[in-house]
Amino acid sequence: MYRIISKQEPAANIFTMVVEAPRVAKNCLPGQFIILRVDEEGERIPLTICDYDRTAGTITIVFQIVGATSLRLSELNVGDELADFVGPLGKPSEFCETPVEELKKKSILFVAGGVGTAPVYPQVKWLKEQGVPSDVIIGAKNKSFVILEEEMKAVAANVYVTTDDGSYGRSGMVTKCIEDLIAEGKHYDVCVAIGPMIMMKFCALTTKKYGIKTVVSMNPIMVDGTGMCGGCRLMVGGEVKFACVDGPEFDGHLVDFDQAMKRSAQYKTAEGRAYLKEQEGNTHHGGCGNCGGDK
Amino acid sequence: MADPMKKVPVREQDPKERATNFKEVCLGYNAEEAVMEAQRCLSCKKPLCVQGCPVNIDIPGFISYVKTGEFDKAYAVISKSSSLPSVCGRVCPQERQCEGRCIRGIKGESIAIGKLERFVGDTARVEGWAPSTEVESNNHKVAVIGSGPAGLTCAGDLAKLGYSVTIFEALHKPGGVLVYGIPEFRLPKDGVVIPEIENIKKLGVKIETNVIVGKSVTIDQLINDEGYEAVFVGSGAGLPKFMGIPGEQANGVFSANEYLTRSNLMKAYDTESDTPIMRAKCVAVVGGGNVAMDAARTALRLGAETHIVYRRSEAELPARAEEVHHAKEEGIIFDLLCNPEEILVDENGWVSGIRCVRMELGEPDASGRRSPVEIPGSQFVIDVDMVIMALGTSPNPLLTSTTKGLEVNRRGGLIINEESCMTTKDGVFAGGDAVTGAATVILAMGAGKAAAKGIDEYLSKKNS
Repeated sequence: MYRIISKQEPAANIFTMVVEAPRVAKNCLPGQFIILRVDEEGERIPLTICDYDRTAGTITIVFQIVGATSLRLSELNVGDELADFVGPLGKPSEFCETPVEELKKKSILFVAGGVGTAPVYPQVKWLKEQGVPSDVIIGAKNKSFVILEEEMKAVAANVYVTTDDGSYGRSGMVTKCIEDLIAEGKHYDVCVAIGPMIMMKFCALTTKKYGIKTVVSMNPIMVDGTGMCGGCRLMVGGEVKFACVDGPEFDGHLVDFDQAMKRSAQYKTAEGRAYLKEQEGNTHHGGCGNCGGDK
Repeated sequence: MADPMKKVPVREQDPKERATNFKEVCLGYNAEEAVMEAQRCLSCKKPLCVQGCPVNIDIPGFISYVKTGEFDKAYAVISKSSSLPSVCGRVCPQERQCEGRCIRGIKGESIAIGKLERFVGDTARVEGWAPSTEVESNNHKVAVIGSGPAGLTCAGDLAKLGYSVTIFEALHKPGGVLVYGIPEFRLPKDGVVIPEIENIKKLGVKIETNVIVGKSVTIDQLINDEGYEAVFVGSGAGLPKFMGIPGEQANGVFSANEYLTRSNLMKAYDTESDTPIMRAKCVAVVGGGNVAMDAARTALRLGAETHIVYRRSEAELPARAEEVHHAKEEGIIFDLLCNPEEILVDENGWVSGIRCVRMELGEPDASGRRSPVEIPGSQFVIDVDMVIMALGTSPNPLLTSTTKGLEVNRRGGLIINEESCMTTKDGVFAGGDAVTGAATVILAMGAGKAAAKGIDEYLSKKNS
C-alpha cells in the first residue's frame, strides 16, 4: 500500500511524488487534501492534492522540505512505501459544486505562490475539462523556484510568471502582477489564491480594492484532519471554523490572517529542534550554551 | 482475615512517582488478592449488578469461578458478553453501574467487580486464552464504520454469528477513543488495547485503517459497489466545543481532543516522537469530566502545575470517582465553582493567564443538577501559560453531509429506532457517541451490541 511510483525534484528542495492510493484517487476532487505519515514514528502532515489518476489509482503530491518529516519524506525513493496515506479530506473547491454554465460566465484568475502552484494545478485542469478557461499567475522567489509552468500552460488560458527578483518572467510580487494585469485591461470576477499565508493575505487585500471575490486555501496545523482535534481552527468572518471539515477553502476577505499566522507558529521551536535532530543526528545534544537548542 | 465489609485494596504506583511517568497507575490484583476479593461476593440469586451492566455480563457467574481459581472458566463467562474485559475493567464507571447496585455496598464496600474483570482479562492475555473462534461463515457482508468500542463490539458480535465483517477506521491505528483519547497511564495501548483488538480480529473481523467513510468511500458506495448488505455507524463524537470567550484563539489554547491525541495516538509525550506537544509551566484544564481528568493528568506528567477549573462543585463532577481521587493524589489543584471569563493573551499572542469568576450553586436545573450562579465581583486570575478546553464535543458533519437519508436530531446525533438501532436510512444502523453525543466506553459497547442484534434480525429477515 501507498507505494511511491515516481519521484522528481523540479526545484531545489521541492519534490513531486506519485503515490498509489486507490481509495483516495477514486473519490478526490480539486481543492481537497491528504494526510500522510512517513513511518511508524512519523507525525501526520497534511498536503494538498496536486493531481490524480482514477484509472491508475494514484495521487500526485508536491512538497517542500520545511522540517523533519518533509526531509524524511524526500529521502524515500520509487518503490518505497509510506506508512499511511489518507483522504481525500476537506471540501472540494467551490467550482466543483457550481453549474458549468455559471462558471462559463465568470472570468477566473488563479494566483499561485511557490509550492502553492501544486494545488492550483488540478483546479485549472478540472475547469479546462469542463470547458472553462482561466488565467494563472505563478509567483516565485526566483527563476529556480518556478514549478509546473509547462503543465500549467497546457491547461490555462494565460500563464503569467512573476519572480520577486525579476530573474524570470515579470518582476515583483504576485500582488503587483494582479494590479498590472488589471491596469493592462484584464477583468476578473473571481480570484483563487493559494500559497504562503502572507501571500494570500496581501492577495486578498489587493483584490478587495477591486471588489474581486477571492477564495484562499488554508493549511493550518492539524492532527487528525477529520474534525476531531480542533487544532486547525481559524476565525472567518468572526466565526470559529475548522479548516479540515469547513475548508480548506474560505472567503479570503473574511479570514483573520494575522491570527492564523500566529497560530501556525505555535510549534515553530519544537519543529526546528526536530529538524536539527534529523539533520545533525547525535551531534546535537543541547546544553552547549551556544545555540539555545536546550532552552 | 480481612474485613469482609471492605474491598481488598488494590496496589497502585506511588502518587509522587507516577506523577512523573506514563506507566499504568493501578497495578491490579494478583491471583491471591482476586480470589480473596471474589470470596466476598454473596452470589445473589437475583443479581442487581448484572442489571447495572450495559452489556449484561453474568457477574456472579464469572466471580464464582474466580473464587475457585478457575480463571479460564471465568474468562469464558465474560467472553459471552464482552470482548474487551481488560479495557472495561479499567475504564467503566463501575460505581454508577455494577458496583453501584451491589448488595454488599449497602452496609460496606461493594465487590470490586471492575478490578476482578480486569484481573480475568489480564490473566487470559498472559495465558494466551482467546474467545472461541469456530464459527461457520454465512457469507453476508457487513461494514462497520469506526473501530472504537461501539464498532469493535458490534463487529465482534456479528463475526460470532458468522457474518463477514470489515471495520473501516479513519485514523492510522484501530481503537478509536481507546487509542487517541484515554492515556497510557490509565489504559496501556500495547499491553491491553492492541491484544484485545487482536482477539476481535481472530474472530475473522478485518480492519482497514486510513479510510474515512464519507470521504474515501461513501456509505452508498459500500452498499452498491462493494457489496455490503448492512452498515453500522460507530464513528464517535466530533468537533471539540469551545466556550466562545475572548482569547480562545490564542496560542497555547488547545481542545482536550487535540492535546490528548498528540500525547496518546501520536505518542508526543515520548521525546522520540516527531509530533510536537506544548510543555507548559502552568495549565488550566476547563471541565470536570473524564476527558478533563485525562488531560490534566497528562499535563502534570509533562511537568506542569495543573488546575482543573470547573463551574460546579465536587459532587457534580461528571468524572469517575477513581479518576478524581487519583488526580488529587497526584497533586492536581481543583478550582471548583469557578467559571472562566477570559483568556489573557500576551503581546506575542500566547496565553498569559485565565480570568475566572467564582460561582455558587443555585436552584436545580432541568437535568436535576443545581445550576451555578456567578458571585458578582469575585473575579480572579490564575497565571497559566496553557489552557485546555475539555467541554465535550458536537457532532461531526462529515458522514451526514455526504450521505443522503441519514437524519439527525437537533443536537446533531443520528436518529435511530430504539429497538432495531436502524437509522432513517434502510440497512444503515448506528450506535455510540455518534447517536448519543459524548458518553462512556461501556455505553458505546452496549449500543454496538444492540445494533449487532438489530443487524442480524434485519439481514435474517431480508435473506429468508
